[in-house]
Amino acid sequence: MQSTLGQANPIAILFFSLVVLGTMVITYFAAKRTRSTSEFYAAGRSVTGFQNGLALAGDYMSAASFLGISGIVALQGYDGIVYAVGYLVGWPALMFLVAEPLRNLGKYTFADVVASHLKSGPIRIASAIGGILVVLNYTIAQMVGSGKLIELMFGMKYLYAEVIVGTVMLLYVLFGGMLATTWVQIIKAVLLLLGVTVLAILAMAHFDFSFAKLFMSVENLSSLTGTQYHGKELFRPGGLVSSPLDAFSLGLALMFGPLGLPHILMRFFTVPDAKEARKSVVYATSFIGYFYILIPIVGFSAAVILTKNNLFSLMDKGGNMVAPLLSEILGGSPFLGFIAAVAFATILAVVAGLTLAASSAMSHDLYVSVFKKGNATETEQVKVARISTVIFGVTAVAMGILFENMNVAFLVGLAFAIAASANFPALFLSIAWKRFTTYGAVWSIIAGGLSATILIVLSPTVWVNVLGYEQAIFPLKNPALVSMSLSFFVALAVSLALPEKEAQEKFDADKVRTYLGIGAE
Amino acid sequence: MSTQEVVNSEKFKKLVTKRWAVSFSLLIILFIMYYGYIMTIALQKDFIASKVIAGGSTTVGIVLGLGVILGAWLLTIVYVIWANKKYDPAVAEIKKEIQ
Repeated sequence: MQSTLGQANPIAILFFSLVVLGTMVITYFAAKRTRSTSEFYAAGRSVTGFQNGLALAGDYMSAASFLGISGIVALQGYDGIVYAVGYLVGWPALMFLVAEPLRNLGKYTFADVVASHLKSGPIRIASAIGGILVVLNYTIAQMVGSGKLIELMFGMKYLYAEVIVGTVMLLYVLFGGMLATTWVQIIKAVLLLLGVTVLAILAMAHFDFSFAKLFMSVENLSSLTGTQYHGKELFRPGGLVSSPLDAFSLGLALMFGPLGLPHILMRFFTVPDAKEARKSVVYATSFIGYFYILIPIVGFSAAVILTKNNLFSLMDKGGNMVAPLLSEILGGSPFLGFIAAVAFATILAVVAGLTLAASSAMSHDLYVSVFKKGNATETEQVKVARISTVIFGVTAVAMGILFENMNVAFLVGLAFAIAASANFPALFLSIAWKRFTTYGAVWSIIAGGLSATILIVLSPTVWVNVLGYEQAIFPLKNPALVSMSLSFFVALAVSLALPEKEAQEKFDADKVRTYLGIGAE
Repeated sequence: MSTQEVVNSEKFKKLVTKRWAVSFSLLIILFIMYYGYIMTIALQKDFIASKVIAGGSTTVGIVLGLGVILGAWLLTIVYVIWANKKYDPAVAEIKKEIQ
């Protein structure tokens, strides 16, 4: 069978135009309601728990998790499932440790929470830098991935793809602020869940809706002609989880990374109160869990169906084209067009969310709170927010173009490692530990962020896979075990060595806000 | 009561302790569940690849993976049920006492 993938598919272009048009209409209406800072950063706190759950799921279900993980399942089998499970377990942890206090203590960014009872200046600089680093790494990975994806899917030039993604998402954020970004995210989440559901149903129909038949066919793959599979191997864990220590470290990054991702944390300020924040986590976990249960079905079915149709040669090494190819076989070019448009919407929405998070760190944390010491009018604040949006958007496109031919897959791992090691310890301790101090926070952010970055460069992920050296200097693929522990250790050591009485008094005074929501914005 | 009195009251202190006790208990269950799964993968690859029922087609790994996803989801549900039934009423009660 031939594939039309990579050619201009009129139906893909139609769906794609509908998505862009629809989201632009939303942006137009959102723009009318986006005048104050609270509207720009937090959608006027008007988002319901259900809507926020969808938006959170949208932020988290990136193109990499849809196309990437189904591809890993199709190519390597079980390792893809290990990823799918790992990406979900951060959500309950987010609920138990930070969701409600975060909502009660913060205003627009997680740095608000860290700074709530500590000295604002140094804390905000440190946490804003930690936040921006995470978002930037994540964004570069998204931009490069999306450029390649659009190139493969629509046959569009990489450069144009970058510029189009950059421009469209800038329009959302710039004019519609958080309200438009949230609705774009909700629409994308619904489309993605719908697309994956239809894809999984069509795939299961191929196996008469019998899992036994699906798994049997996967196992018997080796007997098909032209296959490179040893079917049984697909159910065996591969190289992803090799040593227990490696597994433990990766698990820490996956579990606590989401608790330090600024674009995720920022969504909690869009709901009216802690109860809605709590609800949004349940909805988000439900949608994400559902999504990750379907993805392996898509991956396993693709392994069988693509092999039967002799389409395996068309796949790229990363397996990103597995899901689109499967959708073409099962639903023809109209369905391929739909899935391609969904993947594109996913990229746009995720990059828009990241840009808004970076913009709030630059304008609210650095410019307004540190540089202007909080003395800025509403108009000025919104203006600065828009300027930083443009700065970050242009940087994202430039980085995307610059890193075109680099292997950037490790950047997502790095983003999770920094999030878990720099942002999460400071955020959690500022919520839960009375004796936490300004210097404790600043040094723990620096220690966690630096050690995560340095260790990942020395790890097999970068030292061997990217730089091409024989032997890695640091043995673990993900540094979280060391960098997160170091960050907590530094936080405890510095805070206990140099107590800060003021911070303790403020911590107590803020308790009614943390636990009862009294005085929350 | 003033806010200072609230913070120092037994009721409030108990609520805060209880909140973290519930959170950490659930987190520990999540930890055991997830790391139990991950360590089984790291150390018992044959077991993961083996069939649930001899002669069947579903492997242990598939069932365990699905189990961890559902288990993690259930833990968030448990937390919300606790928060709705116990935490929120306690918060409402303390709030009433504040003038």
